[in-house]
Amino acid sequence: MADAFPAFTPVTLLTGFLGSGKTTLLRRLLADPALCNAAVLINEFGEVGLDHHLLERIDEDMVLLQSGCLCCTVRGELVDAIRDLHSKRERGIVPPFDRIIIESTGLADPFPVLSTLKADPVLRHHFRSSGVLATVDTVNAGTQLAAYREPIRQVAVADLLVLTKADIAEAGQVARITAMIRQINPDAPIVLASDDVISLLEDTTTCRAEAMQSPGGFYCDDPGPVLAGEHSGRIRSFVLVSEGTIDWTAFGIWLTMLLNRHGDRILRVKGILNIEGEDFPVAIHGVQHLVHTPVHMQSWPGGDRRSRIVFIVDGIEPAAIERSFDAFNRLGVTQVAPRRIEEMQP
Amino acid sequence: MCSLCGILGGNEHWADAVARPGVYTRTAERIDRRRERARRVAIANRVLDAFGLSISDWQGSSFLLSTRTGKTEIIEDLGHLWPAAERLAGRPLDPLAETLLDRLEANRHG
Repeated sequence: MADAFPAFTPVTLLTGFLGSGKTTLLRRLLADPALCNAAVLINEFGEVGLDHHLLERIDEDMVLLQSGCLCCTVRGELVDAIRDLHSKRERGIVPPFDRIIIESTGLADPFPVLSTLKADPVLRHHFRSSGVLATVDTVNAGTQLAAYREPIRQVAVADLLVLTKADIAEAGQVARITAMIRQINPDAPIVLASDDVISLLEDTTTCRAEAMQSPGGFYCDDPGPVLAGEHSGRIRSFVLVSEGTIDWTAFGIWLTMLLNRHGDRILRVKGILNIEGEDFPVAIHGVQHLVHTPVHMQSWPGGDRRSRIVFIVDGIEPAAIERSFDAFNRLGVTQVAPRRIEEMQP
Repeated sequence: MCSLCGILGGNEHWADAVARPGVYTRTAERIDRRRERARRVAIANRVLDAFGLSISDWQGSSFLLSTRTGKTEIIEDLGHLWPAAERLAGRPLDPLAETLLDRLEANRHG
């Protein structure tokens, strides 16, 4: 049994604001044979309407669907639900699922779910976050992003953005909403709900890996010069570009100190670093307080050897981050080179 | 062992990732690991000094974080450093604070 599932089971978080089509997408996923080896944690069975997909009821909170997908409701703490799933898989009570998808409530900030996986002494040895998928309502996103904080945070931390209801939206609305969410999240792939979301869901990290090979090193050719407009208030994204090398030790001290104090306001940090003493770049990727394991890339994407760090921040001045980064980096590096912030007024 | 949760070998901070394919870390070789820890102590102390704190390596496995009056905590890695430092200093330690940056920049020039 132990060989039947991977050492680290990828966990994808499905988020999206109220009414953004999250449940509709989930219903589609649950019925799809492509997810036959997945376990899906949802808020309520009733919401999704599983009756006609039901194959077997395992217990009060867990059912096996005809597609082979295991579906569970979360009654108490999420961490208990995942531990229960893990335990049942180890004992062979449930099929050996090889991935987990978690539906979050429309008002939830996705970060606590991600940190649960990383912090729990059991779960962190068996499960790993494979990304956040956020649904965005093409018809209503303009209003929602202007009025509420939650959808902005959901869009900002997403690794994959799915535009829903595009078929009933006015002409040009998809382009308008795409431009709007690009200002909050410059780097995540954006797809329509009618596209093959499932194959992208396989592992959103694949998208990240592909992005790393692009000339700019990010999913977009140029993630940098963007700044959120009025619709998102204090949320803004910018890229810190450094011409010189970065001292890894000083960078670690700086970023941990920064995230300790401002992690709840640094929605995302993602960068390619030219580390002093290294031939190839190091990619870092963090969501709020959580930073993923740094990746040592095999080559430089394109010919650009500058370090580039994209920040999506909530109410923090880019100039303050830039000054702080430089002051700390100078504690370590032997040679200091110019750096700048790239951003563009909307 | 993680000093917060008591789990043996359970903690992996991103700055001290376990060496494996594709991962950037300086923990692969013993000499690199020791060198990195020494540099970390030196650089962190230049920041911590502004708050009346200092850090030292403890047996190559943990760090001792101390106030000038000798109050000390054992910390495991960078993830634990700043919350512990704020506790000992009794105030927030903000890397964006102008007073800190003025000080770091002044030391650099002087």
